[in-house]
Order: sequence, then C-alpha cells, then structure tokens
Amino acid sequence: MNQNYDKEQNKFLWYLKIIFKEYQLYLLLLPLLIWYGLWFYKPLAGLLMAFKNFQPNLGIMDSDFVGFANFVSLVDGKFAPQFWRAFRNTFMISLYGLLFGFPIPILLAIFFSEIRRDSYRNVVQTFSYLPHFLSEVTITGLVLTLLYNGEVHTGPIALMLIDFGVIDKATKIVQNADYFRPMFIMSGIWKEAGYSSIVYFAAIMGISPVLYEAIKVDGGNKLQELRYVTFPGMAPTLITMIVLRIGNMIAVGFERVILLYNANTYETADVLSTFVFRIGLESGNQSMGAAAGMFESLIGFALVIGANFISREISDSSLW
Amino acid sequence: MKNLSKSELIFKIFAIGLVTVFGLMALYPVVYSFSASISGKVAYEAGRVVLLPKDLNFQVYKLIYNDKGLWISFVNTLFYTVFGTFWSIFITSLGAYALTKKHLLFRRQINFLVVFTMWFSAGMVPLYLNYVNMGVNNRWGIIVAFGVQAFNIILLRNFFEAIPKEIEEAARIDGANEFQLLFQIYVPMSKAALATVTLFYATSRWNGYFWSRMLLTNPMELPLQVYMRILIENYQSMFENMPIDLPYAADSYIYAVLVCSIIPVMIIYPYIQRYFARGVNLGGVKE
Repeated sequence: MNQNYDKEQNKFLWYLKIIFKEYQLYLLLLPLLIWYGLWFYKPLAGLLMAFKNFQPNLGIMDSDFVGFANFVSLVDGKFAPQFWRAFRNTFMISLYGLLFGFPIPILLAIFFSEIRRDSYRNVVQTFSYLPHFLSEVTITGLVLTLLYNGEVHTGPIALMLIDFGVIDKATKIVQNADYFRPMFIMSGIWKEAGYSSIVYFAAIMGISPVLYEAIKVDGGNKLQELRYVTFPGMAPTLITMIVLRIGNMIAVGFERVILLYNANTYETADVLSTFVFRIGLESGNQSMGAAAGMFESLIGFALVIGANFISREISDSSLW
Repeated sequence: MKNLSKSELIFKIFAIGLVTVFGLMALYPVVYSFSASISGKVAYEAGRVVLLPKDLNFQVYKLIYNDKGLWISFVNTLFYTVFGTFWSIFITSLGAYALTKKHLLFRRQINFLVVFTMWFSAGMVPLYLNYVNMGVNNRWGIIVAFGVQAFNIILLRNFFEAIPKEIEEAARIDGANEFQLLFQIYVPMSKAALATVTLFYATSRWNGYFWSRMLLTNPMELPLQVYMRILIENYQSMFENMPIDLPYAADSYIYAVLVCSIIPVMIIYPYIQRYFARGVNLGGVKE
C-alpha cells in the first residue's frame, strides 16, 4: 500500500520534472490548448443541456433534468415530422452530391491531363479554381439573381432554361421545392469541381510515363489506356476521397443551404444543421436544438470512424 | 501532333472542348455580373444583357462609392482577415511545432484532442451559448474565438516533421532554445507551407458570414459578407422607395455589390494560386 503510494507520487514528480525541463515546449502548446479548451471543449460540456429543459435565466446547471425527453420528442413527438424531413433531406442531398458531384472533378482532371500545352491548361485550370475562393454569400447572391424569375425581369440562366423548355414561364425556381436540390448540387459543382480536380490531377501526373508507352506498344487504344493505366494509377486517391466524402455525408454546406432556402422550399431543402439552427436559435427552443445537434454530431462521428475503418481495411492506410 | 492514333485524337479534342466549356462556365457569372452592373435599365429588364453590357451606364458605381456602410464593412473585413489570420497562424504554428517533438509528454493525447475536433462538434446551440456567455459580440471577440482548424495544424505539423533533424540538432548544440529553433529555423524553412496555411485561414476569414451575423451587435463592425447579404435580402424594397426614373435596374446595384466582393479576390488570385496545389497535396493527413 505504502509502496504503491510512493510509486504514484514518484510518477507524478517525474511528470512534473519532465514538464519543467521542457517548459518551453509546453509554453508553446499553451495557447492552442487554451483555445481548444475555451472554444471547443467547454461547449462540449454544454451538451449537457440536451438532457435538460434549458432555461436561459437558470443556466445549464440549474435547469431541470429531463433525461432523454428531448430526444424522444425529436424522433417520435412534436418535432418528429420536421426532424425526419431534415434527416431525409440531408442524406438525399449528400447522395445526389456524391452521385453527380463526385465524378465530375475526376473527369475534369483526366481531361486536363490531355492538354499537353501547359500554358493553355494553366489558364483553364486557373479559371476553374476561381469560384472556390468566392464566398458563399457571393455564390448564393449570383445563384439567386441568375435564376430569378419575376414580372419585370428574368435572370439569364432562368431565361435560358425557359427557352430550352426545361421549365415553363411561370416557374419560380428559387421558390419551388422541386428545384432546390438540382440548384444546390449544380451550384456546388460550379463552385468546387475545378478546385477538387487538383488532387486527382496530381495523381494522374504521378503516373509513370513508361506505363503509357507500354500500353501504346501493346496496341491499346485510348479507352484501354484509361481503363488499364489512368484509373489504376488514380485508385488510391479515389478511394481516399470517396471515403472522406462518405465520412462527411452529414455536413452539407450549412451556409449555402441557409442562404439559398426559404419557407417555400423547406420540404426538400431543410437539412439537419438548418433545422438545428431554426429550432435552437431562431425559435429559442435551445434544449431541443442541442439535442438535434448532438444527434447530428453523433451520426457524423460514426460515419467518420466507419469510413476510416473501411479505408484501413481496403488500402491499409488510415486516414488519420 | 506526333503520331496520335484516331481514338486518341478524338478523345483529345473532346477533352479540350469540354474543359474549355467548363472554364468559361466558371467565369460566366462573374462576367455577367459586371456586364449587368453597367447596363442600362431598359436593356437589362428586356433581357438583352446576355454576356456583354448594353447601353453602358456607370451610375450604379456612384451609388456604391457613396455607400458608407459598404466601405466600413470592407475595412472591417480587411481588419478581420489581417488580424484574424495572424492570430490563427500564431497559435497554429506554435502548437504544430511543439507537437513534432517525439519526446513531448502526453503528445499522443494532445494530438488526439486536436484531431478529435475534426470528428465531433458540440453543435450550434452550445457553441452559440458559449460565445454569448464569453462575450464574443465585438471585433476582437470574432478574431480570438474563431480560426484555429485542426486540419491546418496537422498540415503544418507534417511539414515541420519533414525538416531534417540534423539541422535542429546542430542548432541545439549551438545553444538555441525552442523559441529560436521555431522562429529562426523552422519558420524560415517552411515558407511554402506557411503560405498555404495562411491562404486557407485568410480565405475562411474573408468569406466568414454566419457567426459574424449571429454574434456581432454593433452594425459598424459588420464584415462585408454580412453587409452584402443584408443588401441582397432588402434591395428590392429599398428600390421601391426610390424615384422610378433611375437609369439602371435595382438588380444592377446588387450585381455591382457582388462585383465589388469578387474584385479583391481576383486581384490577389494570381499571387496565391501557385499555393493551392501544394496545399492540397500536403494535406495527406497521417498519424
């Protein structure tokens, strides 16, 4: 007993001694630790409010404990219809994003690599990265005005869609729930596809030219070249990116949704994060918002861990 | 073109065509905005502005020039970007440096605490209450409370780790302490990585919208993005109360504002673009 106590104390002293010896390193770490403590881990403790009936005047500690009542109300109670709608929308938007948004940067990278003249390729690439650096407010401002369809004026893209017969004259894309998802996915592709192609382009550039020469000598045509050289060469990057993407399925660009949607399009547009925002901050039902937010975070966490596990299984390289 | 087979040639033409179309599509809204902002009201409302401006009219920029709120918000954004980026880089590089030291006690645990922030979040409501509780409702609050991203810490840490240890050992023998090592050896040798991280932090500061809108209470402290969004939400009603015979459409005003938000990005863009690719490729996150 006594010996154990000594051992414990010695260990503690040993830690202190090392920390003291390396005090400079810990001094350098201190701002980071304080920052995360104040702005990340402290609010994490605030998640306790998801299990309480939070009253702002009482504070988190003194509000009544209600157990899982908030969660029950979310999945099977007053808020259930809205909550499940947000849940469904989140995954639908993610899925469409994966289906349409994921292949395009890969194709772009393959096409970019076809251009042998560097100067021209650089120009086109530079153009295509630009939208990535514009803010969501600018992007959504452009989307809303270009697609605007009103009495006095119709935005040029809405006009084009009417001319091609994609929509009829009376359709207000921005106010119509049917068009929210295409609008969201396509503006996302416009903004990010060019920039996302960088990583694939780098992968293609890393493929040994010898392989291309070999398949040419063997009489392979272009498609066979893509099939047997380019794709296998990109495979590790592709797998990493798709796994990352699945790990992030729950995060669907909160700012862009909130800047693009409106009460008319909630049906297809309202995602978990915007639901949390409306319930928790706009309507002031903070405990419910915290509970929904916690639900969202937990799913996100499970997805990331799952994605990492899969990545380790198939390519034995852990993402983290 | 040297001996291309038929399939290669077709594919090449196809590829170049598509890529060109995509590049032009990326630029189109920007060009259109500028054209729409300097077109006359009649031409614009009749839908005659498709790519190039019609009935040139620069008056809307006079309105912009006289919009004091816009200028204030612009200066505010500069302030947030410069000081905020500096603050983020400061914390990030100090922490990243310490985390490269293998003998650091609790290194694994601290690494975990950093990486964990990428996986989980307290959610919007507890974050909001914490910000309010801590008094984040002014300029300095926004600068201090935001802007450290785990991804950037790991990126920088990986870069620092790749610097040969011999250099550090030599400096240690010469009596350098940790601060000197960081600022006189690691920082000068990591200019490229630091530039990339700076780029990432600066873009997120420049583009930051949501939390500034939620937290800032003084209208004089709003950044450009928030000011712009408020304009976009209200310009229709704002123009309804103005004399009808304006030579430009109400939309032209919004396009002009959007152009003003794009121009600074376009100006800096050529200088920063060589860092993108490097940043993306450095981001191979490893433990």
